[in-house]
Amino acid sequence: MENIINAQQLVFAYSGEKEAALKGVSVSVSKGEMVAVLGHNGSGKSTFAKHLNAILLPSGGVCYVGGINTADEDKLLDLRRTAGMVFQNPDNQIVATIVEEDVAFGLENLGIPPEEIRERVDSALKDVGMYKFRLHAPHQLSGGQKQRIAIAGIIAMRPQLIILDEPTAMLDPRGRAEVIETITRLNRELGMTVILITHYMDEAAACDRIIVMDDGRLLIDDTPKKVFSNVALLKRVGLDVPQATEIVYELKKCGIDLPDDIITDEECVEALASLLSKKGEVQA
Amino acid sequence: MIAVKTEKLRHVYSPQTPFEKVAVDDFSLEIEEGEFVGVIGHTGSGKSTFIQHLNGLMKPTSGKVFIHGRDMWADPKKIREFRFMVGLVFQYPEYQLFEETVEKDIAFGPTNMGLSAAEISDRVRTAAEFVGLAPEVMQKSPFELSGGQKRRVAIAGVLAMQPKVLILDEPTAGLDPKGREQIFSQISEYHKKTSSTVLLVSHSMEDVARHAKKVLVVNDSKLFAFGTVNEVFARTEELTAMGLSVPQVTKIFTELKRRGFDVADNIFTVEQAKTELLRLLGKAGGNNA
Repeated sequence: MENIINAQQLVFAYSGEKEAALKGVSVSVSKGEMVAVLGHNGSGKSTFAKHLNAILLPSGGVCYVGGINTADEDKLLDLRRTAGMVFQNPDNQIVATIVEEDVAFGLENLGIPPEEIRERVDSALKDVGMYKFRLHAPHQLSGGQKQRIAIAGIIAMRPQLIILDEPTAMLDPRGRAEVIETITRLNRELGMTVILITHYMDEAAACDRIIVMDDGRLLIDDTPKKVFSNVALLKRVGLDVPQATEIVYELKKCGIDLPDDIITDEECVEALASLLSKKGEVQA
Repeated sequence: MIAVKTEKLRHVYSPQTPFEKVAVDDFSLEIEEGEFVGVIGHTGSGKSTFIQHLNGLMKPTSGKVFIHGRDMWADPKKIREFRFMVGLVFQYPEYQLFEETVEKDIAFGPTNMGLSAAEISDRVRTAAEFVGLAPEVMQKSPFELSGGQKRRVAIAGVLAMQPKVLILDEPTAGLDPKGREQIFSQISEYHKKTSSTVLLVSHSMEDVARHAKKVLVVNDSKLFAFGTVNEVFARTEELTAMGLSVPQVTKIFTELKRRGFDVADNIFTVEQAKTELLRLLGKAGGNNA
């Protein structure tokens, strides 16, 4: 599988800071993967994400995205077309007063012909499930709807990679569910590569792969099942695990035999059900 | 003693215009002094409009608000007293810092209360200790601090007024799990030490279940429910239908119950789940087998 991201030994320090925010991070991501990035505030995860579309440039190491060296200024526009970024606050990302004009904004800047803009805007709005709101004013939409408009604006540019920096942090449970469902569909159905930075462990559990960052370094890079089986380590670096995992972890500590790769509600219910049935049989 | 009481509290935005919208529709409730209440409701449900009535930032279109028995709008000139009695920490409060130093920022509220210099400095120190700000940051500019530290400065600014009722609107939004836990334990600590009344607005059902004793649910501008954590989270289906949710452990136990296992109905935290499962498995709670 072709790598869409190939970062080698990235080093970065913010000006005036003694300590580097990234201390040699190497990651490669294949096309079509959905990767969650976890880490406490200040772990370097947003700094890493900002290297993927050259908002920040590495002071050491090299970062290739879609075959483009992010430090190559001549290719900056190509890079931004390859890798689109969605931020935490939907209100900071919306520029127009009508939904469809907002989605068209990036395309107009790319000099796309009007007929094609029309076609791409419509299809992007359908992809995020917001087509019927195309003539609404963005400020009348809910947080989750606004965030989906921001996502539509990015995917209308047809990037190969979409990076989302805590896109659900400001949303209520319904808005969160809408956004996560949209991102998952873009990945599964349109084959878009997704990098999802999040503090919500259940969102990370639904990805193909999890990268955990700590102190500017890559601490773990594995499947959700493997990552969450390491409860003690995650807690030590200020992270959490899904409650389904935590229950199993607590019971195992009490000497009860349960699998250690449980991350979803369903898996937890199955494991507990089989445990409780066995107990019932013994008593009977 | 009733700390907060509302009688048919109603708020209408842009009345008698085409944009008229009822945001708070006849809320009548009583919150006992010293209670810790979680407030849940999806975006646009009216919960923020409601809480802004509790310290007089918004005036009811009709209905009444009583704080510790006093009618808030009986004499509008005295409204400032209610702002000191009821402390409101907004969402993303770190954007409201403005002073030159952390110390001055925390002192802003108490200074406006007209307290003596000694009392102010005493309160600032206590509030800063509560939220875990080290003495050496007190003379720094709040803008030099990290996001998590800024938020603690903002919360300390409200605590320094020693409000009888403390309202926090999503105090942990955007923080990592460790930062969330710190803020929550500081709030719980304040609640216990001062026996003040606390209202916590949150989108995290897990956090509400862990920290609050009672839950207030706002839906479509109406007061949908106000009861104990047990009573409210037992209404899983209704909460899910209105776009809210119940804690993940509660979902797991609801499913076990549906499959015919004889599990307790009132499991809302991992700790409760563990105790219940150990009981069912015939092991003493918490001890190793």
